[in-house]
Amino acid sequence: MKARVFITLKNGVLDPQGKAIHHALEGLGFSGVNDVRAGKMIELDLTDGTSDGDIEDMCRKLLANTVIENFRIERLETA
Amino acid sequence: MKSAVVVFPGSNCDRDLAVALEQITGRKPAMVWHKDAELPDGTDFIGIPGGFSYGDYLRSGAMAARSPVMTAVKEAAERGVPVIGICNGFQVLTEAGLLPGALMRNARLSFVCRNVPLRVENSQSLFTAGYQAGETVTFPVAHHDGNYQADPEALDRLEGEGRVAFRYLEECNGSARDIAGILNDAGNVLGLMPHPERVVEAAHGGTDGRRLFEGLLETVA
Repeated sequence: MKARVFITLKNGVLDPQGKAIHHALEGLGFSGVNDVRAGKMIELDLTDGTSDGDIEDMCRKLLANTVIENFRIERLETA
Repeated sequence: MKSAVVVFPGSNCDRDLAVALEQITGRKPAMVWHKDAELPDGTDFIGIPGGFSYGDYLRSGAMAARSPVMTAVKEAAERGVPVIGICNGFQVLTEAGLLPGALMRNARLSFVCRNVPLRVENSQSLFTAGYQAGETVTFPVAHHDGNYQADPEALDRLEGEGRVAFRYLEECNGSARDIAGILNDAGNVLGLMPHPERVVEAAHGGTDGRRLFEGLLETVA
């Protein structure tokens, strides 16, 4: 069973990396971009039966720094 | 003073800190590997050095903050043992929850490596007793993730409780309210991005950092 964790900066937290990406896009002529926020995605391969609570625990204890970041968990259906 | 310096894979200022401590306290610190679950008996000062522990994977200091030795560091800090975290050490202490806030990528995205003037905001702490409040000192900085951020209430609290120990006197990395170093609420944990251990010998360009360790030695010993 796989799950993906999406980690993004909280609203209002300055994202210098996103700003730099935004400038670079503008430099390439993409003028329609209002804002860019960069984050990260972590894919977890988990043993069956891992609960949502366990994954949340992983996020709070390590994967995200909840002072500045939000996280969202997405479970992937296995074929 | 029986000091200990914690060493993580990727620490690179551990020896600078050890040399400074030995010079000033007259005693070699114990170098404690991050996998050790305990600190030497009687440790009365702990230094978390600068560097790039775990290659800054995930977030600066994130992996180091979860190493076995940090449980012992937290217990010691709770007992009142003074702990200093310099540069990556500051990042480790925020990630470990020993200090509030977070250190983010520098606002202008570039690595900052130069001497910066700082104002000593609080001369009443264990670490700043050797300075005058309002005094200007110059310490070098060398970091990519030194942009201190916390929510406005946390910042107000730090300011109101006199827990901002050092403040940048010129724009450095985008830190909220130009904060360079902060204390925990009990006052025995200091985290700062600038490197006092690099300015303890005139031959190295300055001695402004000496008094931090001298002041500590006087209060601890």
